Amino acid sequence: MAASFDYEGEPATYEDVGVGQRQQQQQQQTELGYDPNFVPDSVKTFVVHLYRHIREKNVYEIHQMYEGSFQKLSDRMFKESPWPSVDAVAPYVDHDHVFRLLYREMWFRHLYARLSPTPKQRIDSWDNYCSLFQVVLHGVVNMQLPNQWLWDMVDEFVYQFQSFCQYRAKMKNKTEQEIELLRQYDQAWNVYGVLNFLQALVEKSTIIQILEREKEGLEQFTATDGYDYNGGSNVLKVLGYFSMVGLLRVHCLLGDYHTGLKCLLPIDINQSGGVYTCVIGSHISTIYHYGFANLMLRRYVEAIREFSKILIYIFKTKQYHQKSPQYEQILKKNEQMYALLAICLSLCPQGKLVAEDVNTQLREKYGEKMLRMQRYDDEAYVLYDELFSYACPKFITPSAPVYEQPLVNYNQDAYRLQLKLFLYEVKQQQLLSGVRTFLKLYSTIPLGKLATYMEVDEPTVRSILLTYKHKTHAVDSDGKIASNADVDFYIDDDMIHVVEAKSTKRYGDYFMRHILKLEEIINDMDRVKVD
Amino acid sequence: MGREREVQKHPISYTVEQLISVNPYNPDILPDLENYVNEQVSSQTYSLDANLCLLRLYQFEPERMSIQIVARILVKALMAMPAPDFSLCLFLIPERVQMEEQFKTLIVLSHYLETARFRQFWDEAAKNRSIVEVVPGFEQAIQAYAIHVLSLTYQKVPRSVLAEAINIEGLSLDKFLEHQIANAGWIIEKGHGRGQLITLPRNEFNQPELKKSTADSIPLEHVTRIFPILS
Repeated sequence: MAASFDYEGEPATYEDVGVGQRQQQQQQQTELGYDPNFVPDSVKTFVVHLYRHIREKNVYEIHQMYEGSFQKLSDRMFKESPWPSVDAVAPYVDHDHVFRLLYREMWFRHLYARLSPTPKQRIDSWDNYCSLFQVVLHGVVNMQLPNQWLWDMVDEFVYQFQSFCQYRAKMKNKTEQEIELLRQYDQAWNVYGVLNFLQALVEKSTIIQILEREKEGLEQFTATDGYDYNGGSNVLKVLGYFSMVGLLRVHCLLGDYHTGLKCLLPIDINQSGGVYTCVIGSHISTIYHYGFANLMLRRYVEAIREFSKILIYIFKTKQYHQKSPQYEQILKKNEQMYALLAICLSLCPQGKLVAEDVNTQLREKYGEKMLRMQRYDDEAYVLYDELFSYACPKFITPSAPVYEQPLVNYNQDAYRLQLKLFLYEVKQQQLLSGVRTFLKLYSTIPLGKLATYMEVDEPTVRSILLTYKHKTHAVDSDGKIASNADVDFYIDDDMIHVVEAKSTKRYGDYFMRHILKLEEIINDMDRVKVD
Repeated sequence: MGREREVQKHPISYTVEQLISVNPYNPDILPDLENYVNEQVSSQTYSLDANLCLLRLYQFEPERMSIQIVARILVKALMAMPAPDFSLCLFLIPERVQMEEQFKTLIVLSHYLETARFRQFWDEAAKNRSIVEVVPGFEQAIQAYAIHVLSLTYQKVPRSVLAEAINIEGLSLDKFLEHQIANAGWIIEKGHGRGQLITLPRNEFNQPELKKSTADSIPLEHVTRIFPILS
């Protein structure tokens, strides 16, 4: 099937594409002489400065080196080989334990992004995360690190977990040594371990309480972007904060959308300037998974609203990220969210919730496909399948393989299940777009007449109308009913009364905005006079 | 499975909800969660969070999965309609397990409910009493769901349509209606010569005029922004 092929060959993941080619390159590198113990001068300077800035808690400089210098050096010198080993650089940084852990974290991240990790390297990277998080959890760090770096740690931790699950599930071509290694290190990237680390970071950081206290004005977190201006460490707090996003993502990968959203609950995503928005990667990951989970829970309006907001944000700001190492990832997620938005709007045509620029882009990308998705014939299912497969998270099977059984690949199982259940939902809604079209044409219409138009009998048309009501009225976690319906109706005996939702103009907000604007202008003019 | 042992391990007797909130990712609470499913069945209570937590543990360690417990969770999830709990559970149950005969039946039942085909639902349920009747309150829960969807849709519903949806007829239906008239504000009218017509209580979904117009209201926090100007 074409769709599942697309899924397999997802270009943004580092390992699936051209593994053989990469390994060859790696081999060439070793032949050309990658010496893990050789430390070029530029690297020496880099670690010495980075170490000093970390000790001096100079967040600005750390950020510059982390985002700028590290990438530049990687591009220049380590395009196809790993950075020097940690033991080789340790003498230049007093053999500092925590710095070693941080350096290795970057070392592995670079390796995953540009080369392909060996099984042993995957396991070593897990060990390094364990040591790093243990240090943080035991509260012995007093560093201040940039939010970007802290987000990258959580993000990469979850990514490597996902990558490991995918790798492990491809059992068919595993060598005996590989299987032996997997058996021996069965705790590496164990799902309990991963979830418990994230959970421990959330709890130990008391971030949930901090956010609660902030609401009462007793503490600052959001206003300072999570930093501590009095010199305290931001590391545990901010890691705890981002771990909530990490938990949302892991639960989405497992297909547990309800629990995922619950993990994110302490973060108010409607609050402007929330800390999750201060790193673009975190902002996108949060909304992508939040929107996807809502889509799977049939809360289309919520998904549409949030996708629209983030897509307009990316639309307006993406030029500032062109040089960022995350740029490609931003564009990729941008495209995926357009696909998800196209799905949401096909199931729940509430175009008026979408910002204008986003709508234009959407029509360009998916206008024609969306028209065909309305038809609910076989071709429409192929399109739902295609868009879902392209845009869904890379689902995982978290359990270890049964080594005694014949070795088969099971890396696609989780994805196939989610896709199947999603298409099942689409199928249940297949008659709704037809009924919607008819309802839009009338203010009242007898049931019998509608049945004739739809070429079904009366009991069937009653069922379809009830289904429409059921599917367009989502129930949230408190049991409250929210209508997602664009066209609504009620039945009085045998007569259907149609109520089209009028798009009411929001005068209130409009006036408020202009009162503020006027005040600003008057203030500006006052200043001019003084000059 | 050493369930007894497990129970005695917590002499201070935490409630299951507490166990989950202390550590939801702990394989040791699996037996407690299984017992809790049985307790939900016998005491006619329900906890989606606890059941999802258990399905998650099964997902992590498939060899510990109990088919019987999963079946009970799924029946309970059906009873939670119109909430999407049944799908939420299916998302976590491996496909090969879903192929088991009783799960296939439950999936068909869920499909009939999701597409409001009540006649087919009750027929199918009657053929599978062994699966659904082990859970007390099943019928009432589905009837409540049927009434929920009818109330979203109808201002006035013909008696026959109601009868089919809740699977009650004749004298029993008269009794049921009497009860609803006394307790839920239902009203019976004479239809146009074709039997009774039942007026369901009005709500914002079957009477859109009741919907509060949120469009005209401004949240307080937006108003606070102009306070400095007003003073």
